[in-house]
Amino acid sequence: MKKVEIITRTFKLDDVKAALAEIGVKGMTVSEVKGFGRQGGHKEVYRGAEYQVDFVVKVKIEVVVEDARVTDVIAAATKAARTGQVGDGKIFVSSVDEVVRIRTGETGDAAI
Amino acid sequence: MNAADTAFVLICSALVMFMTPGLALFYGGMVRSKNVLATIMHSFILLGLVSVLWAVCGYTLAFGKDIGGLIGGLDFLFLNGVGLDATGGPVENIPHMAFMVFQCMFAVITPALISGAFAERMRFGGFLVFSALWLLVVYAPMAHWVWGKGWMAEMGALDFAGGAVVHMSSAAAALAAVIVLGKRRGHGHTPFIPHNLPMTVLGAGILWFGWFGFNAGSALAADGFAVNAFVTTHMAAAAAALAWIFMEWRHSGKATTLGAASGAVAGLVAITPAAGFVTVMPAILIGLGGGVFCFLGVLLKNKFGYDDALDVIGVHGVGGTWGAIATGLFASINKATGLFYGNPSQLWIQLASVAATWAFCFVASLILFKLVDATVGLRASVEEEERGLDLTQHNETGYQA
Repeated sequence: MKKVEIITRTFKLDDVKAALAEIGVKGMTVSEVKGFGRQGGHKEVYRGAEYQVDFVVKVKIEVVVEDARVTDVIAAATKAARTGQVGDGKIFVSSVDEVVRIRTGETGDAAI
Repeated sequence: MNAADTAFVLICSALVMFMTPGLALFYGGMVRSKNVLATIMHSFILLGLVSVLWAVCGYTLAFGKDIGGLIGGLDFLFLNGVGLDATGGPVENIPHMAFMVFQCMFAVITPALISGAFAERMRFGGFLVFSALWLLVVYAPMAHWVWGKGWMAEMGALDFAGGAVVHMSSAAAALAAVIVLGKRRGHGHTPFIPHNLPMTVLGAGILWFGWFGFNAGSALAADGFAVNAFVTTHMAAAAAALAWIFMEWRHSGKATTLGAASGAVAGLVAITPAAGFVTVMPAILIGLGGGVFCFLGVLLKNKFGYDDALDVIGVHGVGGTWGAIATGLFASINKATGLFYGNPSQLWIQLASVAATWAFCFVASLILFKLVDATVGLRASVEEEERGLDLTQHNETGYQA
């Protein structure tokens, strides 16, 4: 099992969700996160005073899938989230040792 | 006694009362979320503290029988002699008690205005002691000089609704505050970003609404001068909101909601001394000037390096001073005549009142701040400031994560 973390632009959340649902992903966890990468921060101006804001707001979408589906998930998420501009975000993939469905006690792929 | 005038002044008193919670929101939105409650409290609790002090001794110091042009006597201590007819009051058409409560609302909001300067670093106890002393030592004499038949009134200074008494006085105290308290931790390298601008814009809207009571009510009658003050107030605020956003559009590339809100307040400040003495077209010019000068005034603090957190000096100091001078230029009705209508001496009188107001209020406020700092303490500790004043001064937080 793999966890795929997609960090991307907040307005792309709906597109990514729809694309993943279309290929059969049945659940996800979404959170609002802050950070910076190549895009860096941005400038805000209050009463004529400029402030550099280092952290940009992004959305993080986490899905856990069977190993065989990782390539499809990455392809669908990349296609849905890409604008081609700096700041589109990143996808991290990592291994998951175990999954447990709390209600039934099922484990492994059956619990996803 | 006139029933319509009495009803009007009571309604205006309620409108002015509403400005203080409006100011609380205006300021509260501009600070960081860890200080929102402390900032709101700096305005809101003065509805409690100042109102009681006003009834006990503030009113009589401002409006008691004149002593040497400097202060009111103790005739009205505990509101003795302030009755339900006009006896002892300044005008024949409304009960003395109605005038007292109208003035009470002005006394409440004025020290609250100062709190924008020392936001995010003041201890609550020191704040209360300072505000009480300031009301009696600075505000009451100022109100007496201008409205209580004191020396500024005798000199012929025009201040319809409080350019000197309310705005310049609070700005001079703000200047003293930033000198005594120093900067917030992290000033200059940490961004101090407003945490809730919708709150600030709502507050500005409430201030604009309440200001109709402030300025039109200062006619103390439901008459044509009240109508004039109502309209000049509205137009000046409108013009200043526009002027401010165009200034910042040129300066930094975008028009902002904070700029629109700040501009409206700047225009309201600028028209305050003039509202009952100028006609509508000059009021628009005063508003435009208020927007432009206050925008530039706010930029000044970066040049001087002082930390006037919410721009009390830039908005109330610059706007109040401009308004007082503009009154000397544009006055043309209500038995007042300014420079542009053939009376240059009015301008000199206005300039003298501006200088005297700044000098007295700054020096007296500086002494009071030093005194309270040395006894009760003003500045929050490093840890209190880092954790936020809401938690450390009030044991609560504005928002749950």
